[in-house]
Amino acid sequence: MSEFAFPPGLIMILGAFLIPFVSDARRSLLVMSLPILTLALVWLLPDGSNLQIGFLDYSLDPVRSSTEGRLFATIFSIMAFAGGLYALKQARTIELTAAFVYAGAAVGVTFAGDLITLFIFWEIMALGSTLVIWAAGTHSAYRASMRYLLVHLLGGVILMSGIVAYVIETGSTQFVAMTADSTATWLILAGFLVNAGAPPLSAWIADAYPEASPSGTVFLSAFTTKTAVFALLVGFPGTEILIWIGLYMVFYGIIYALLENDMRRILAYSIVNQVGFMVTAIGIGTEMALNGAAAHAFAHIIYKALLLMSAGSVLMMTGKRKCTDLGGLFQSMPLTAFHGIVGALAISAFPFTSGFVTKSLETSAAAHEGLALVWMLLLAASAGVFLHAGIKFPWFVFFQKDSGLRPPEPPVNLRMAMWIFSFLCIAIGIYPDPLYAILPYAVDYQPYTIDHLVTQLQLLLFAGFAFFVMLKMMKRTLTISLDFDWFYRKFFKELTEEFSIHASVAQKSMERRMKNRVESIISNLYRHHGPTGILSRVLSTGSMVMWVAILLCLYLLSYYF
Amino acid sequence: MSEKKHWLYREENRIKLWLIQLLILALALLPEFFMHHHPHFEDQGMSIDASWGFFTWYGFLTCAAMVAAAKILGIFLKRKDTYYDE
Repeated sequence: MSEFAFPPGLIMILGAFLIPFVSDARRSLLVMSLPILTLALVWLLPDGSNLQIGFLDYSLDPVRSSTEGRLFATIFSIMAFAGGLYALKQARTIELTAAFVYAGAAVGVTFAGDLITLFIFWEIMALGSTLVIWAAGTHSAYRASMRYLLVHLLGGVILMSGIVAYVIETGSTQFVAMTADSTATWLILAGFLVNAGAPPLSAWIADAYPEASPSGTVFLSAFTTKTAVFALLVGFPGTEILIWIGLYMVFYGIIYALLENDMRRILAYSIVNQVGFMVTAIGIGTEMALNGAAAHAFAHIIYKALLLMSAGSVLMMTGKRKCTDLGGLFQSMPLTAFHGIVGALAISAFPFTSGFVTKSLETSAAAHEGLALVWMLLLAASAGVFLHAGIKFPWFVFFQKDSGLRPPEPPVNLRMAMWIFSFLCIAIGIYPDPLYAILPYAVDYQPYTIDHLVTQLQLLLFAGFAFFVMLKMMKRTLTISLDFDWFYRKFFKELTEEFSIHASVAQKSMERRMKNRVESIISNLYRHHGPTGILSRVLSTGSMVMWVAILLCLYLLSYYF
Repeated sequence: MSEKKHWLYREENRIKLWLIQLLILALALLPEFFMHHHPHFEDQGMSIDASWGFFTWYGFLTCAAMVAAAKILGIFLKRKDTYYDE
């Protein structure tokens, strides 16, 4: 079956370029309707519809509908809608345009049936997201966006080399499940992992995202890492190394978030932590685990965006971002605090929130496979999530000490966006069946058992107890933590500085030598040809005649012999 | 500002807040007396996850360990937050 199908991702990418040219009133309509149109097309596309385009010697397949793709495209569209609402009145036009190109490209990846299409949308995402960071307009945002772009261009080059090698090896451009057993597939896997925030380059998330504007960070949190989760889910299910990479990310996120003082950077580290759960589940690779990764990604986008919306509101209304400057805000921003707490409960997988019904699929999958160590570590990490994000964020921002700040609630469009996502966090938690119904595989799992409820509550409440018992050890300091980005922000910078110092010394001495040479040539010339030089002296006529006579004599003599 | 401190911040309420927390923890522990957990890894001879109160002490101790680990790593990793500024 082959009928014409329009790529759903292009609606937002093309529509985004209209945003700068419409009046304010039409702009709201446009921003709100583009994601809805995308969502409608995602669900109206019949299964198996495709669009074959010839490109060089290959045929591209930019519209392949699959259950995984549809699930991710759905949440990306919902995210673009709520993010658009959140950004509508306050964000700069360039940010909104870039964010919609970025979101559209993410949807484009989820429909990519071949690796070339995937790569094209992958790179459009890198450009769109860089512009979103850059649009914050500060000097530090500009620098962060350049570092961000470098990491993603590196990831893109790795991915592209992998794709080229893969196409040469197999002769196929199809994006299907692969096994990491050749250089080509390893490179593709590495390219995906760079965008997932895997080690060693995890630092780009916490480096770049918190430099964006309040709404920019909300957009950024959703697309890049989750598209990578999608790509890993389709391309490398059951690749064992992903279990260990994922577990590393889980604990990396917790430890760095615990050390962090900037509220949005705490949440950025927590993205790495959450994606780590998904990567681990993809590494386990059973149907239940893959369902878990997909469902967790879906729920995660909502509650992480909600947390960042809450943090963004605080930033917008107070202009402060450090925990050491904040505290006590629940008194004048009760709604923002409420939404932040809902997001915090959801990320911690509290019963009756979206985290409870999705993350448990992943831990249960580990238990089903008999992976006792993995299960124990995931359980500890679940407790750790409550510690580093679930309590730490609301506590230090909204409670803690009374900072004396009494900012008002944020503008109405920000509040509406938060209400939508708070509602979804709880609605999915109470009634998960519609989400379960659109997962890649049939779900045979009941999250609400007495045992699960009791054990989860015990785990979380005692984790919270640990937080308050050890509160003194977590006193915030005006610090950042070194990470891998130290190499490209400090080490190589100092190295180049050192190099330029030595190089300039060497250049100076070379210049000096050159100058001495030229000077000695000039003074030589001067000596011989100058006013008193032997070769340019003024000679008398008599001596001239004498020299001519000598020359003529010599000529005469040579004539005889 | 001359407004009165919110009751959460008043010194005399601190002890009450701790008591409320302990009460909640006790409530969470209560079901352990009535229910029996299923071990997940019985065939590997591991049944620690079904022992009494496993999830309570496991949650507490792992979190305490993570805080301690962060504290120790912080000694080496922490820098002033102007470290990268020019």
